[in-house]
Amino acid sequence: MTAMNDRIVFEDVSKFYGEVLGVNRVSLSIPSGVTTLVGPNGSGKTTLMNLMTGLVQPSSGQISVFGLPPGDADRFFRQVGYSTQFDSFPRRLTGWEFLLDSLLLHGMSEGEAFRLAGEALERVRLGDAGSRRIETYSKGMRQKIRLAQAIAHHPRVLVLDEPLNGLDPMARAESLALFQELSRQGMHLVISSHILDEVDRISDRVILITGGYIVAEGAIHQVRREVRDKPMQVLIRCDKPELLASRMFSANHCAEARLHVDGKGVFLRTGDIDEFYRLLNEIAVEGLVKIDTVAPADDDTHAIYQYLIGSEGIPS
Amino acid sequence: MNTEAVSARVKSILVQPWGFWWLQMRRLVRIELRRNLFSRKAAWIYFLAFIPTAVILIHVLHDTHPASGLSLDTNVLAGIVQFYYIRLGVFFGCLGIFSRLVRGEMIERSLHFYLLSPVRREILLLAKFAAGSISALLLFGSAVIAAFAFLYAAYGTAGLDYVFHGPGLGQLGAYLLIVTLGCLGYGAVFLLLSMMFRNPMPAAMLVMGWEAINPVLPSLLQKISVASYLRHLMPITVPGEGVFALLTVETEPVAGWVACLGLLTLIVIVLAYSCFRIRRLEIRYTTE
Repeated sequence: MTAMNDRIVFEDVSKFYGEVLGVNRVSLSIPSGVTTLVGPNGSGKTTLMNLMTGLVQPSSGQISVFGLPPGDADRFFRQVGYSTQFDSFPRRLTGWEFLLDSLLLHGMSEGEAFRLAGEALERVRLGDAGSRRIETYSKGMRQKIRLAQAIAHHPRVLVLDEPLNGLDPMARAESLALFQELSRQGMHLVISSHILDEVDRISDRVILITGGYIVAEGAIHQVRREVRDKPMQVLIRCDKPELLASRMFSANHCAEARLHVDGKGVFLRTGDIDEFYRLLNEIAVEGLVKIDTVAPADDDTHAIYQYLIGSEGIPS
Repeated sequence: MNTEAVSARVKSILVQPWGFWWLQMRRLVRIELRRNLFSRKAAWIYFLAFIPTAVILIHVLHDTHPASGLSLDTNVLAGIVQFYYIRLGVFFGCLGIFSRLVRGEMIERSLHFYLLSPVRREILLLAKFAAGSISALLLFGSAVIAAFAFLYAAYGTAGLDYVFHGPGLGQLGAYLLIVTLGCLGYGAVFLLLSMMFRNPMPAAMLVMGWEAINPVLPSLLQKISVASYLRHLMPITVPGEGVFALLTVETEPVAGWVACLGLLTLIVIVLAYSCFRIRRLEIRYTTE
């Protein structure tokens, strides 16, 4: 029970919009750290996030965050911040007013709300624009003010739906650094993003969803290993890549070899990673090839996405 | 239910964070008042509220006012409250104010910010209702007071005498009570309709039709009406003739306190059902 009280839990959750499936029989237990939701458009990512925060109600099953159901708004939303994809705001408010209104509903004093609003604006680097009306903000600034509102009250769980949309490369890097920092502080971050390469760098685990079904979940490396029917690709940096490739090809689990463009390494694709590493050790011990580094080359969210979901659509 | 169970129930009610909810309610009302009263969209509600006041002001400035005209003008003011404010002004004003509170925010796609804050949805609904009621009361109440003041000020001493030493203040009190109950009653109904229907206007027209046919309905059904209760609180009854007959509600006579209690009961029932509905409300802006 204690373990469950530190997790985001979906218990056999389904959601139907009339006869249209949103998500089906989802069971998850999400620990702290960064969890990335990956799937094509309409796969159920936003539905999952909206279910998590009570914006939509499950057709069946139960959801809790640290043991609290979303219906217990008083306590639930002290712990949870959600930056949605909806690009709309209450009219005629400045960034400051928007944050203050939101913070004051937490029951804090005006002084405290003022302090936290200022802190949140600084964290998303929007300090100077706080006094301007949100209608005048660019898309990236609106994304930032939504993020500021979601983090201003120091929640323990941050749910971010496409938080990098509309941000320029610099702002994306800053946001990712902020997410990493929040994760290091022990926060739960649940992020959906189609910018897989960037999110991949900070993700601790991935949830792949398509057609309303969870197709894989867990640490990225673990999920990749579980995709056994797809050969894994490994980059080996060494002094004699051709020799290494020929030795490896003598083993029948090796499916493909490709020289690195700089000629100082080789990409090898294998259907049996354990046997592959055993053989590599043998070659290293023999001393014929001087191996510098060995690193998985397709052990990332993007590759897993391609393998499991493939051409169903661009992830979003 | 035994004594222990009752005691536990009472304790569970007492330990609720009432102070926190009250604070949230006040802050929500402040936010909502700002939106209701100081937006361009509120302009036509100002117009609805103050158009009779403007007409009376023109009448005061333009016409002569012999003391003999006081009785006629008193009846005119009663007619304005009975035919205009109850049946049209407050009706459409509340439709504008209260249907925007939830549905308007769904259309503007900003309701989710409230639903993602640590505010119980019942508190949110009641705060929105309170803010809508205060907005409507400020507009229609001040319009009635201004109309009353203009009308009797034009008669000088005779007017002052009627107000302060005659039935004037009592009539003003009754008009304000009628406007208050009208705003609360129609407000509760339109707040609920705006949660039930994407476009509450057809339903509002049905309500208006229901109010119009109320006199021919059985006694029990007559009680499901705002205007019929308000009719019993009028200090002066102006008979409806011609087109005004369509705006007149003639129901079984009841005492004033019964009318107030009946209307308040209706409001509580409608609000309780609205609280039930808002707990199940989902944010699906794409269907708006």
